[in-house]
This record gives sequence, structure tokens and C-alpha cells, in this order.
Amino acid sequence: MKRIALTAVFFLATLVAALPAQATEYTQLQADKSAINFTYKQMGVAVEGKFKRFASQLSFDPAKPATAKATFDVELASVDTGAPEGDDEVAGKPWFNTKVFPSARFVSTGVKPLGGNKYEVAGQLSIKGKTQDVVVPATFTAQGKSGVFDGSFTIRRADFSIGEGSWAKFDIVANDVVIKFHITTNSK
Amino acid sequence: MNTQYTRTAKSLHWLMAVMFFGLLALGFYMHDLPLSPEKLKLYSWHKWAGVTVFLLVWLRLFWRITHRPPALPASMPKLMQLAAHAGHLALYLLMIAIPLSGWLMSSAKGFQTVWFGVLPIPDLLDKNKELGALLAEVHETLNLVFIAVIVGHIGAALKHHFIDKDDILTRMLPGHSSEK
Repeated sequence: MKRIALTAVFFLATLVAALPAQATEYTQLQADKSAINFTYKQMGVAVEGKFKRFASQLSFDPAKPATAKATFDVELASVDTGAPEGDDEVAGKPWFNTKVFPSARFVSTGVKPLGGNKYEVAGQLSIKGKTQDVVVPATFTAQGKSGVFDGSFTIRRADFSIGEGSWAKFDIVANDVVIKFHITTNSK
Repeated sequence: MNTQYTRTAKSLHWLMAVMFFGLLALGFYMHDLPLSPEKLKLYSWHKWAGVTVFLLVWLRLFWRITHRPPALPASMPKLMQLAAHAGHLALYLLMIAIPLSGWLMSSAKGFQTVWFGVLPIPDLLDKNKELGALLAEVHETLNLVFIAVIVGHIGAALKHHFIDKDDILTRMLPGHSSEK
């Protein structure tokens, strides 16, 4: 009798321990351990910048990537262009026009596993009232309770009218902007 | 004995003189411009020209060491000769220190210098806002000192020509070169 009871307890304990591992769903953005950076070229010179504030609603279960969803909202006024003078400039009308369009938004439309820890996230990126389809390659690494997404993709600023008027030509500031992200999430 | 600077020394002197006037004028002008594509373009040009004079000054220094310049007139008092040498030494030091401070400043500010938009010059420092601001002060101060020394240099040359009536100015002028 005692043996049966022990076995039952052991079995139950194993089940309980295994449960969260089976259905680990990462849903909580750890903003302080995440970063959204970008690199642009200015007359051949690569300059790095970043966005300091962004929020996300996401759910990702490595066992069921097809059901994964992610929405990111990036506060454009939190931009750090690498030069203080640049920060004021890009908030203005020719660039982000943050008064009218305070945030950029990414909404995933589908996640495709590419094997191993590689994924391809399709989605729509909206900046300054313009929406473009983008495909974002990402890797996922589970680190204990956290799951970390890393990746980068390239957008063309002209697709979103970022840098109008005297900035519209690409001789000074190039069209291509590489967005690099490091997103840390926790499971509930 | 040579009474003239070599043709190479003269060419480097006048080429760099023209570049310094351009760089100084451009530097003070672009600094106060509001941010625009023009401003970024001028900054790039300034940096490209700065790298160029930084290379030229080493060539000039090499030439100066391997080609003894004509001696100062014996009529010059010892103290004045010493002052002339000190002035030239200061000019050489500034010609090295100023582009170097600009290079360091660009590195610290996080804007690498890419020579003519093609050749990346390595960053000497990691990005550091405070250090970048400090180096901007250093760059500006050195240039103010440079202007003062240049004014002294030109003043001395004119004084030699018009008051002392010696050949100090003419031996640096084109057309009388002793170099074969």
C-alpha cells in the first residue's frame, strides 16, 4: 500500500514537473533585457542608433510555432540616433513626424519554423501611416525561464517616407536601414 | 649654400597653407549650421581633407628632416632665431595634433571617418559622449592657437620682407627654386 502511494506521488510529481516544460509559452517582454537597434549609412559611414522604449504583446510556444503571435509598438520619439542633434531632427516632420505618428507597429501574420532554432516571422510593419510586408528571420534560444529572440532585417526608409524633402535623396543618408533586435521574454 | 627652399618643400608649404585656410573656414562655418544634408556633407568633406593633411604633414616632416632648409640670416639676433625655430616647431606640432584631435573626436562621437567615403579609418576610441564633447573643445582650442601662430608666422614673414628687407619670404616663394 505504501509502495503504491509512493509511486502515485512520484508519478504525479513527475507530471507536474513536466507540465510547464511541455507548454512553455513565452508571453512577457523583458524590456530591460531587450534592445531594438538600427544601423544606417551616412556618406559611407555606418552609424548605430537605437529605440529606448517599446512594448510588445506576444505568445510563442516552441512546440507550436504556427500559433505564435507578436505585436510590437516602438515609441519613435525614444530614438537615439547616435547624435543628440539627430534625435531632435528625426522626430520632426520630414522624418518620423512623431507628433502625428508617435509609434511604429509590427504585427506578425505568420511564423514559419526553418529547422533548429531558426524561424521566419512574416508580418506587417507600419511607420508614418505606411504599411509594408516584411519577413524577419529570427533565432530563438531558451535560457531557463526566459526565451530570447535575435535577428535583423533591412528596410528601406523611402518605403515609409522617412526622410523627406532635402533628405529624400540617398547620397547623404542611405535608403537601407538595418534593424537589429534582441528580445528577451519570460514565460508566465 | 642653398638660399631657397626646395621645390617640394615649397609645394607642400603652399598646398597645405591653402588647405588649412579652407579647413579652418569650413570648420567654423559648418559648426554653426543647423542640421541638414549640406551640413553632413560639409562635415564629411572636412574630415576627408583633415585626413589628407594628416598624411601630408608626415610627408612634409620627412622632407624637412632629410632636406636642411636654408639658414636664417646671420643678421638676425639669436633670440629672434630661437623664436623663429620655436614658431616652426609649434606649427609642426599643431599640424599633427589638430587632425589627430579631430580623428579622436570623431571616434568618441561614434562617427567613424571613411576617407572619401571609401576607405574606413579605424576608430581610435570607443563611443563616449563626454569624451567626445571634451575632444571637440580640444579640437577647437588647438585651432584657435593654430590661427594665432599662423598670424604670427605671416606677420613675421611680412616683417622680414618689408622691414628687414631680407630673403626670408622670397625663399619660400615659387619660381626661385634651387632644386634641380
